[in-house]
Amino acid sequence: MPLYHNDDQAMLKDSVAPFVAEQAPVSHLRKLRDSADATGFSRDLWTQFTEMGLPGMLVPEAHGGLGMGHMEAGIVLEEIGRNLTPSPFLSTSVGAVAALAKAGGTQAGRWLPAIASGEAIIALAIDEGAKHRPDRIATTATRAGNGFRLDGKKSFVLHGHVADMSIVAAKTDNGITLFAVPKDAKGVTADPRRLVDSSLASHVTLDGVEVDADAVIGEVDAGGEILDALLAATRTGAAAEMVGVGQGAMDMTVTYLKERKQFGKLIGEFQGLQHRAAHLYGEMEVARATVMKAQQLLDEGSEGVKLMVSVAKAKAGRAANLAVREGVQMHGGIGMTDEYDIGLYMKRDRALAEYMGDVHYHIDQVARMNGY
Amino acid sequence: MSELDAFRTEVREWLEANCPAEMREPVRDEGDVCWGGRNFKFKNDAQKRWLEACVAKGYTVPDWPRPYGGAGLTAEQTKVFKQEMKRIHARSPLDSFGIWMLGPALLQFGTEEQKVHYLNPIARGEIRWCQGYSEPGSGSDLVSLQTFGEDKGDHWVVNGSKIWTSYADKADWIFCLVRTDKTNKYQGITFMLFDMASKGVTTKPILLISGNSPFCETFFDDVEVPKTQFIGEINRGWDVAKYLLGHEREMISGGGAGGDMVSIGGAFAKAFGKNAAGELDDPILRAEMAAFDVDVFAYRAMGERFMDMWKTGRAHPASSNMMKYVGTELNKRRHELVMSSGGSEALEWDSEETKGGARPRGWLRTKANSIEGGTSEVMLNVIAKRILDLPGA
Repeated sequence: MPLYHNDDQAMLKDSVAPFVAEQAPVSHLRKLRDSADATGFSRDLWTQFTEMGLPGMLVPEAHGGLGMGHMEAGIVLEEIGRNLTPSPFLSTSVGAVAALAKAGGTQAGRWLPAIASGEAIIALAIDEGAKHRPDRIATTATRAGNGFRLDGKKSFVLHGHVADMSIVAAKTDNGITLFAVPKDAKGVTADPRRLVDSSLASHVTLDGVEVDADAVIGEVDAGGEILDALLAATRTGAAAEMVGVGQGAMDMTVTYLKERKQFGKLIGEFQGLQHRAAHLYGEMEVARATVMKAQQLLDEGSEGVKLMVSVAKAKAGRAANLAVREGVQMHGGIGMTDEYDIGLYMKRDRALAEYMGDVHYHIDQVARMNGY
Repeated sequence: MSELDAFRTEVREWLEANCPAEMREPVRDEGDVCWGGRNFKFKNDAQKRWLEACVAKGYTVPDWPRPYGGAGLTAEQTKVFKQEMKRIHARSPLDSFGIWMLGPALLQFGTEEQKVHYLNPIARGEIRWCQGYSEPGSGSDLVSLQTFGEDKGDHWVVNGSKIWTSYADKADWIFCLVRTDKTNKYQGITFMLFDMASKGVTTKPILLISGNSPFCETFFDDVEVPKTQFIGEINRGWDVAKYLLGHEREMISGGGAGGDMVSIGGAFAKAFGKNAAGELDDPILRAEMAAFDVDVFAYRAMGERFMDMWKTGRAHPASSNMMKYVGTELNKRRHELVMSSGGSEALEWDSEETKGGARPRGWLRTKANSIEGGTSEVMLNVIAKRILDLPGA
């Protein structure tokens, strides 16, 4: 498969890009933020997403979805990134779907159709500390009665306070097991915190939460592989969203270079800025290609996917970070104001960069996967 | 079996029968490369036989038309041919600036007579060419070149000098940018061809920081060039030069701009040893290598996307400048890490154990990557102007 969008994908982009830009531009984020919205996203917008079939893009057709791939989901994520749209798309429609589809069984049958119909918002409860360390999960699931009892603390759970179900990774006797923990389960407390990018992420406490045996996603002790699928999809999705954030910041900055005058010249005439903008262009192009490669390998179910996912998360992280830093700097004083959008790009990038492993985490993973 | 499969079988059988075992060994040094030309000395009989076999089939330039010494292969067949060569690790039978540079210019701008006359000796490895572009005063600003050809009716008299002429001291002929109109900067240059044995041509190798001398200074002192020996139109040589520079960047972008595109850390972990956690036992170097590896794998994906888009006309015409910039900067970084990994051993300049200082010489050589064929700064200028459309760039 060539590494560019085919005609169908180009058509999808042509319909999604104007839709997101019109319905959920940066002003949409500002409106939610300034009204101290307690949900973290607009349910009206999610309904519009549903009318376009977007929440179920990755859901297999047998479960009522569109059965599309990560390349297609990436198109939506890039537009979400470019417009800084608050949305549960990444956790619900990408991360959760990847896990449920991989696992199959009762929970897949229950939740995948609900995701496709736009009814269910799903949160991913993986992290437990300030840094992403999925190999050190300490939350426990112990057998109790007909099911399990969950104890532990989760953090950085996006949409955790409103999700209809949270996918919780916990330690069982001989491995990791994933659980579908419904919203009203007794013993679950979600404490939402407003983050730098105005999104809401919860600290979730699991205190003797009792779930039935059929809450297990996949098989007991065999959650490692399902967790891997969830992580690969979510990381690639976050990388795609970062490409959108970086591209949005870069486009805005290049436009500014052509408008702003100082010393009687457009500042874009200064070679000191031209070379930095050109360098940024190269980094963004490379990041985009890398993310597309990861999406392609995910869609092919290729073995090399894990390496490329880490490469994509790290590279997109580096490139988008450069884009927002150069963006604020090249905008000068106005870039420091809340009124101007470029700062919002910097904030969103920071949150996405941290989500599911930051640049340093994934660089380290690349070293490990190459045997050093 | 499809026609292409049949062709593959044919090539495979031919290679099996004609590519000597010695020519399937990796190229170890410059002596293993066959450059051809009047004065070329074959290193061994196998190198000579391999060239002759390829020449007979047109396989030194497989995609050139047969009347010009090629095999007339289609793009698909050429790809198959290259795959089959690679499969058995066959060496290139003939490397030459005639094949890489002059050939494409002749195919694009030459007359039928010129194509037959010049391309065949290139394909057969009989004439070795060098390229006369840069001058001491005209590097990045190539179009300011001053070497002048005075019109004497049926010939020009050329005076001036060129620099960075690759292997000028070993070449038989030169393709050369010469000013023929001092009043017109861009439309006052002619793309001339002449014999390096002409009276008035002298060369002087330039010793580089790598200790090697692949480049020369080349001096022209009243060199007479017949007015039939040029490509394109008189005073329109800049068009040919620009075409070739674009072609060169495309070649670099499609191939080796990023150097050896594999993980660097994996290769050095052995030399360093690992700690109890199985990590390379130098945490800061490990981190730098891993960050570099991320960029290598990312650039590999970029190369794939670039070629997919370039071949189908989707790429921005100036995107090869970005590929060259990113790739050459990456390769320089690789060699910095190679030197750091090698420690004091990598400083040895001529010991046998270090293959004659291969690491420091290779490291120093890579510093030219972002200078030759357009500097990184010029690449950034082009991106700023042609892709980002920044003002006054």
